Amino acid sequence: MPEAPFNQEGNMESVLDQNEESSVDLQGGNRDNSTSMTEKPTETPKSKAADSGPSPDKIKPFIQVTNYNFFYGSSQVLFDVNLPMPERQVTAIIGPSGCGKSTLLRNINRMNDLMDNVRHEGDIRIMNQSIYDPELEVTELRKRVGMVFQKSNPFPKSIYENVVYSLRVNGVKNKGLLDEAVEGSLKASALWDEVKDRLQENALGLSGGQMQRLCIARAIANKPQVLLMDEPCSALDPLATAKIEELIYQLKEQYTIVIVTHNMQQAARVSDWTSFFYLGKLIEFDNTKKIFMSPNKKQTEDYITGRFG
Amino acid sequence: MAKLNTKFWIPKQTKIVGEQFVWLTGMGMVIGLVMIVYLLGVILVKGVDVFWPKPVAQVTLQQDAVKKAWPASTLIGIISMHQDKPGQIVPVDEQPLQEKQFFVGNKEVYGFSFKYIDDKDIAEISYPKEIIEIERFEYGDALGYPLRVQEEGKEIAFSDHKAFLSTLNAAIAQAHQRQAVIQKIEQKEIGGISRKIEKLKRQQKTLEQKGSAESVAKIQKIELKVAELNESYEILAKEARKLRDRLDEKQLVYQLAAGREMTLPVGQIVSYSFPNQMSFMTRVGKFFKNIWIFVSTEPREANTEGGVFPAIFGTFVMTVLMSIAVTPFGVVAAIYLREYAKQGLMVRIVRIAVNNLAGVPSIVFGVFGLGFFVYFVGGSIDRLFFSDALPTPTFGTGGVLWASLTLALLTVPVVIVATEEAIAAVPRGMREGSFACGASKWQTIKRIVLPASAPGILTGVILAMARGAGEVAPLMLVGVVKLAPSLPVDGIFPFFHFERKFMHLGFHIYDLGFQSPDSEAAKPMVFATTLLLIALVLVLNSGAVFIREKLRKRYARSAF
Repeated sequence: MPEAPFNQEGNMESVLDQNEESSVDLQGGNRDNSTSMTEKPTETPKSKAADSGPSPDKIKPFIQVTNYNFFYGSSQVLFDVNLPMPERQVTAIIGPSGCGKSTLLRNINRMNDLMDNVRHEGDIRIMNQSIYDPELEVTELRKRVGMVFQKSNPFPKSIYENVVYSLRVNGVKNKGLLDEAVEGSLKASALWDEVKDRLQENALGLSGGQMQRLCIARAIANKPQVLLMDEPCSALDPLATAKIEELIYQLKEQYTIVIVTHNMQQAARVSDWTSFFYLGKLIEFDNTKKIFMSPNKKQTEDYITGRFG
Repeated sequence: MAKLNTKFWIPKQTKIVGEQFVWLTGMGMVIGLVMIVYLLGVILVKGVDVFWPKPVAQVTLQQDAVKKAWPASTLIGIISMHQDKPGQIVPVDEQPLQEKQFFVGNKEVYGFSFKYIDDKDIAEISYPKEIIEIERFEYGDALGYPLRVQEEGKEIAFSDHKAFLSTLNAAIAQAHQRQAVIQKIEQKEIGGISRKIEKLKRQQKTLEQKGSAESVAKIQKIELKVAELNESYEILAKEARKLRDRLDEKQLVYQLAAGREMTLPVGQIVSYSFPNQMSFMTRVGKFFKNIWIFVSTEPREANTEGGVFPAIFGTFVMTVLMSIAVTPFGVVAAIYLREYAKQGLMVRIVRIAVNNLAGVPSIVFGVFGLGFFVYFVGGSIDRLFFSDALPTPTFGTGGVLWASLTLALLTVPVVIVATEEAIAAVPRGMREGSFACGASKWQTIKRIVLPASAPGILTGVILAMARGAGEVAPLMLVGVVKLAPSLPVDGIFPFFHFERKFMHLGFHIYDLGFQSPDSEAAKPMVFATTLLLIALVLVLNSGAVFIREKLRKRYARSAF
């Protein structure tokens, strides 16, 4: 894992702080733990289809959602969710509108904390560390768990300032580091060639697809380990969508990606694992091939074949 | 099965439906607009008219009117109004009687500057070219026929002489030069000496309070120094007196309409003109010169003559200070209300209270400013830092700083409401994007919310400025004066004297219109000053709008 720039500044002390050593440590601890921890998701079936890819039993979870309930005021939107997400792979969350998939995604970096009247039960652990640890600094969590939103939301600043935003809030002032981060993340988000000559122009002058890729660049500029994507292509045309999907495919080499999508073809194309949610409950979780070829649950099949939802 | 409707038919309009409300709403707007346009029009016409040089009429009266309407058979004056005689009952088939108002000048002779003459009493009106209009430092304008320039009783140039004008001009220039020298001596040198003496006296007072042996020696030293300074003061004062006497050595002699000869020392002349000899272009030139004099010079003669520069400057300084005070205050309060406070009953009550604050009569703010800022804060500052000057207050009396802060309080609701709206209009996606990058709440506010809402905040500041600049009532309690001896910003260290009292255009209007000894003479100045106040507010607002548009361009396109 490449060291994040703010580590070089040496001004970050936090429970989630990562360097080579602790990362290895944590992974070790994780491995020990994995068997006891991964009580199989309740709905996950026995491995009847060994031919259709790896089984969820074998997952070594990077992010583990355990017995998770979530409430907006008095209405419960997530019911007892258990979901492992493997490292450096793409986990897709699908389901009809209002099934709680975005809610789950937004809880992984605690974005839902910003709303009034929410509460949760259960736990979400990343590399075996609870994100609800009261001693944890939530901004530090968000620095390590990047997010791309459904509606692209660049800041009304220059392209350059957009990309380095997360470094700036981290206190990075070194011009060399900032330039490096801009070039690196714009290249990684396949935007560099299109904007390299106008980095100082306002980001709001970009096209919709470019804006969304800029948001991806912004999300990865500070080298997070997890990238959350909330329907990143829902407002884009097919060409821009194809570009983003290609990008996701490349990004998973470095990041653990969780993507929420309405587009079943997209889930099938980009993800390694797929979870199907319905009315706040996890109906089925398995490797993508299996879900789309021979799902165990009738509901999943109905949704995938377009019979409802 | 129901029969299919094969015809498509829409009924024709039989009566006017609903659209009469276009007229109602339109009428409301038109009435408002007409009133505003009329108000501005009156101010503009009357305000500009003051500066336009008008010809001076020579009026010959009817035989039977002499002594009744006017003591002599002729008078000279500028026609300032022409109207139906008020209070008459006019029979149906008759024309109403009319009268003219003349500005006759020469107030020291007549005791008034304006005179109404009935049209029926006027035999003839002519415009002799030789009539001179003299603007004087005292008693307003003089109108008459120039006769000669004299020095110590001896004539040196007659009015029909070629050299008359050049002699007069040279004499006036000399007098003005001497006045400048006198002013320099009085204000700079004598002023400097009196400031030094004042400082020494204060030191002396502190030493006297101590009363030790050491301080007695010091006091003696100080007394010596004061005596020295007093000596140099005497020398300067004598010099100034001598120059002042010499101002009167040359005189202009002119004749009134009735034939009486008047002698006027040239030192009394501000400027003169021959209004009946002017071509159109000279009039235009004089018009702009008059405007320039009005905005750039200090007032004379109980503010009815001269310019209003100190008032413009005072209004400007006060408005800028107020904006500097109100903007951070209002913005910070709005940020707390909108971003940090838990939205609930309490915040709603606070919000209602803030809105109601905008409806409190402004004089109440004046009373509060007097009690809190002037007496409490200013009094405390005086006791802590300027105790040697007491009982003369330094900050413990009205001043431009306290006036600005009082107005800042008065206008803070406007800024709070505008800022809250602007902050609320920042899209949620933008905030979430910032939080998702690991920014804290304050970082998000500082880097995303405030820049994006800057145009909206500036709109609030513009409204606050417009409100504050036009406010008069509270100022009367916290520092505005009829005539301020010095400006709040000048060349004397420390350059900004925000404890000083100041002049204000709004108060100037009130003072001219209602407190002036000669309201008829001050009336045109009221309009001109009003016009100027409106222009000043317009200029300040345009500045803020310019900045806002620049900002808005930067944040023009919202995401998507």
